[in-house]
Amino acid sequence: MAKNTLIGGSIWDEYSQKVQDRMNNPKFMGEITEEEAKEKGCKLIIADFGAESCGDAVRLYWAVDEKTDIIKDAKFRSFGCGTAIASSDTMAELCIGKTVDEAVKITNIDVEKAMRDNPETPAVPPQKMHCSVMAYDVIKAAAAQYKGIDPEHFEDEIIVCECARVSLGTIKEVIRLNDLKTVEEITQYTKAGAFCKSCIKPGGHEKREYYLVDILAETRAEMEREKLTAIANAKTSDLGADMSFEELNTIGQFKAVEQLMDTDIRPMLAMDGGNLDIIDIRKDDDGKIDIYIRYLGACSGCASGASGTLFAIEAVLKENLSQNIRVMPI
Amino acid sequence: MKRVYLDNNATTMVDPQAYELMLPYFCEKYGNPNSLHDFGSETHPALRKAMDQLYAGIGADDMDDIIVTSCATESNNWVLKGIYFDKIVTGEKDHIITTSVEHPAIGATCSFLESLGVRITKLDVNSEGLINPDDLRNAIDDKTALVSIMWANNETGAIFPIKELVQIAHERGVLFHTDGVQAVGKIKVDVKDAGVDFMSFSAHKFHGPKGIGGLFIKNSQKLTSLLHGGEHMGGRRSGTLNVPYIVAMGEALEIANKFIDFENIHVKRLRDKLEDALLEIPDVTVVGKREHRVPNTILASIKGVEGEAMLWDLNKAGIAASTGSACASETLESNPIMEAIGADKELAHTALRLSLSRFNTEEEIDYAIEHIKKATQRLRAISSTFAYAPQWHKSGL
Repeated sequence: MAKNTLIGGSIWDEYSQKVQDRMNNPKFMGEITEEEAKEKGCKLIIADFGAESCGDAVRLYWAVDEKTDIIKDAKFRSFGCGTAIASSDTMAELCIGKTVDEAVKITNIDVEKAMRDNPETPAVPPQKMHCSVMAYDVIKAAAAQYKGIDPEHFEDEIIVCECARVSLGTIKEVIRLNDLKTVEEITQYTKAGAFCKSCIKPGGHEKREYYLVDILAETRAEMEREKLTAIANAKTSDLGADMSFEELNTIGQFKAVEQLMDTDIRPMLAMDGGNLDIIDIRKDDDGKIDIYIRYLGACSGCASGASGTLFAIEAVLKENLSQNIRVMPI
Repeated sequence: MKRVYLDNNATTMVDPQAYELMLPYFCEKYGNPNSLHDFGSETHPALRKAMDQLYAGIGADDMDDIIVTSCATESNNWVLKGIYFDKIVTGEKDHIITTSVEHPAIGATCSFLESLGVRITKLDVNSEGLINPDDLRNAIDDKTALVSIMWANNETGAIFPIKELVQIAHERGVLFHTDGVQAVGKIKVDVKDAGVDFMSFSAHKFHGPKGIGGLFIKNSQKLTSLLHGGEHMGGRRSGTLNVPYIVAMGEALEIANKFIDFENIHVKRLRDKLEDALLEIPDVTVVGKREHRVPNTILASIKGVEGEAMLWDLNKAGIAASTGSACASETLESNPIMEAIGADKELAHTALRLSLSRFNTEEEIDYAIEHIKKATQRLRAISSTFAYAPQWHKSGL
């Protein structure tokens, strides 16, 4: 919240002149008939996207030259707000003269930018950015029909932020690579959530399948799980290869010591009828790691427990885990 | 360019007489009415008169309280949160009943209370926008603290049978609040006859100023204050009194009540004329029977024409209308009332609300009819969802 957001204004004030002109007088509104397409030596494509129940629906007509794949003419009909009408009109115009493969590359960002009065000022207010998205989707539907393939062929990624066209994969990757901890950081790195903001969290002006807050929480949880798995692996296998003994948490250190006791020390003590328990592991202020043990069986009360046996145990632990280890019998 | 204001359920023009009356209280008689000097006390006669006008205007008794608030939103918040502190947080009760078509001032406050653990039941409405009284009867249980049901709906204009609903609540010992904001000044509102325990209202809906309203509290009943502070309004609502606005509110209510018959004859006639003209257009539906609505409101659905696109065209012609709640104009969700009344999802995005006042003229209505028809024709020609259907082509619209 800030001064400018405290008093809402008319969203129409934020429409560019180009948007307003196209809302009032769409140039490419209408239909292309089978006959008209034939006269141009073209194949007629009619594609639909959206539904009145969603608040937006668009029908796109293409006359495509099958020899060159070039879209010779394009028209639209649109049920939607003024932005949807203006976007559809711009989208139809942008298609003309392009090949089908080139047209598929037109994004909602291209449509919005084409409607700007100057390159720096958005053509529509943030919450209307998504109205140009429909243009992108109907082009894919038309191209899929022309090529006789499934429209999902063009959808290789899940788009989380429609306004900035940022995919789920990109967001997850950026969180991981940069160790991002807040949604604001995600927006800084990707622009996702910078426009209409409805992808940030539930409760915005439209419902979304994915929200940045959830993606952040899930990715951070995944990262945490992976860290713990790494610790667990380190403790049970080639300890020290990935992580030093000092970097492990107390439980990790305990398990690593316990494992080493089982493999290298307890068999040695058992030969004399003795054993030991690990009581505690504490980090000293001087950086030493004190491992408190209690001798059991024959080792309990054995004079060597404070000298030879103790030095032997300490040496094994120091060599395998850390030179900072001190063993403290109690 | 001609300007026609058909958005009177959002706000109204201040009545010129009420406006004139409040002017001296800005620069001449500006004392704080609580002050012990003549600057303060010289405002008292006007305050007294305004309060008398408010009491008379809604049929309140001297033993009742009418507390001046900033608006009906504050009054609604006060009742719901006051009941929470009085009856729910104490463990005595845990339940509030309301409807799915209330203004966000009730809906959002209920959601907030729900997050604090209050059980909220929202009664659904039928295709006319009305609730079934039996649904209220069935929803009340021993832990119900309050029933809050609006007197008239802001979108459809539907009038709820408040007297009957109050009786159902009172039979079970449950308090009844009504948001009267769309009823006061449009139809006869008598809190004594209806029996309500609390009623909220806003001056700017009946040609008073914005930022002033009231809460009726029957028989000075206990209700924890929302604003604590000084002893204004008997300590029930602290904050220095906005004398000029209170003066204008009292006057505006008295005038509005004088015009109730006019509202029900002349405004209704213009509304019906506009509605008849809309219904001449193929594939236009209007929500609710006329006899169950306040006399100034039409909620129409124009097939194939998206609500905001219609507002754009009408605004260009100088006509003010609404797609629903003005508070929701920056969101893209469809009209929630249309969905609540079970309208097809397709229709929900095509809602157009037209609300008249006594200041509208026949000429304005003729102008509006002409431009709504023009806009419908233009937008249906663009529309992808309308153009395919052959029967619509034949109609010429």
